[in-house]
Amino acid sequence: MMFHKFANPTRFLRLSTTLTPWFAALTVTMLAAGLYLGLFNAPPDYQQGESVRIMYVHVPAAWMAMFAYSMMAAMSAAALIWKHPVATLVAKSSAPIGACFTFLALVTGSLWGKPMWGTWWVWDARLTSVLVLFFLYLGYIALHNAFDDARRGGQAASILAIVGFVNVPIIKFSVDWWNTLHQPASVVRMDGPTIDSSMLAPLLLMAGAYTFYFFWVLMVRVRSELIAQKVRVLQMKQAQQDMT
Amino acid sequence: MNAFVHVIRRELNLAFRQQLDSLMVLAFFVLAIVLFPFGVGPEPNILARIAPGIIWVAALLAAMLSLERLFQTDYEDGSLELLALSPLPLEMIVLAKVVTHWLTTGLPLIVAAPVMAVMLNMNTDGMAMLILVLVLGTPSLSLIGAIGAALILGSRRGGVLLSLLILPLFIPVLIFGVSAIDGALNGLTVKPQLLILSGFFLASLALCPWASAAAIRQSLE
Repeated sequence: MMFHKFANPTRFLRLSTTLTPWFAALTVTMLAAGLYLGLFNAPPDYQQGESVRIMYVHVPAAWMAMFAYSMMAAMSAAALIWKHPVATLVAKSSAPIGACFTFLALVTGSLWGKPMWGTWWVWDARLTSVLVLFFLYLGYIALHNAFDDARRGGQAASILAIVGFVNVPIIKFSVDWWNTLHQPASVVRMDGPTIDSSMLAPLLLMAGAYTFYFFWVLMVRVRSELIAQKVRVLQMKQAQQDMT
Repeated sequence: MNAFVHVIRRELNLAFRQQLDSLMVLAFFVLAIVLFPFGVGPEPNILARIAPGIIWVAALLAAMLSLERLFQTDYEDGSLELLALSPLPLEMIVLAKVVTHWLTTGLPLIVAAPVMAVMLNMNTDGMAMLILVLVLGTPSLSLIGAIGAALILGSRRGGVLLSLLILPLFIPVLIFGVSAIDGALNGLTVKPQLLILSGFFLASLALCPWASAAAIRQSLE
């Protein structure tokens, strides 16, 4: 099985070394194209005017916040079930990136809310559940670092990541279950997107750019975690040699 | 079943020998509420308006404070390891501990809550609903909190960490608990909120012992 093949850190390192430049290149090109189309080419909204352009930064960030958490929870489950050594590191490395995306979504949403709703923040279901997601990321990171034994921190944090996953469907469906100020989904829905293609194209480009950015940073982070582990092992060996 | 009752009896014995622990939680609950009239001013209308929220938040914080010690003492003196080795599944032991936690902290809070509501000038129409939602909601707090209490075993700065882990998960209970009381005070139908709170309780009853047992197992490895 593909997934178990990459339990070997050396094999994973080789794969990530080949993939990283591709992810970087794709991120830069898609980000450039998406920003150009979104900020200069796409028409202003008939209701919201020019401020609709915040959408191209805000919506993909919110998608990535949920994607990164789902990834983290899936990898945590894999780490607990198969004791997959790379999955643990992938979960650990996703958390700070996901937290940043969540923060970006909250901040851009707030900046968009001021001209549209007339307020920086409302306590509706979507905003509150995303705020909870942000705290779950922080709790995961804090729990990871709260133990002297890094392996135990990883296991405890994995359980928390799986428990916290209940929040992800709540975020997704919060705009359908409750009457909120936040608008319901207009791209990912059963009857197809209800958004014009001139706006959809830059949005999807930005989403692609964010996704590749996530994997790009993820690869770099996992690689540095693996190298840090190697350094620790070498230091231990050195210390043992010095003793004898 | 017999063993389950025995574990509960053991926990209750321990709790009765250290009565001060439960009393302190109750004192914290009362004090936290008493702070609000000083903070927002003694205006009866304002206090009556925010009374359900204050009581719920204080109950949340009081439950969280007491949860830190749910497994901690047994973990430190090694009896948690012996309990885990017993023929009774670890999930049932967790459940027994949660039941005791609720009996020693949840129940006193429910008894004290109407008194506090009167002191905050809350309309007496909402009193029955206040007790009902606390009865439905506080067991969920103990159950969800057990996961956090199990996760922090053996960590540094456990207490602060616990609040970061479980307060976000308490938010749904808080939202529906408060809105049920507000609904009853304003004469609206509260059946949906009560059903959702019962749903939370049943879901956490089914899932939380399992998750906290998993967390305890990895801490004993």
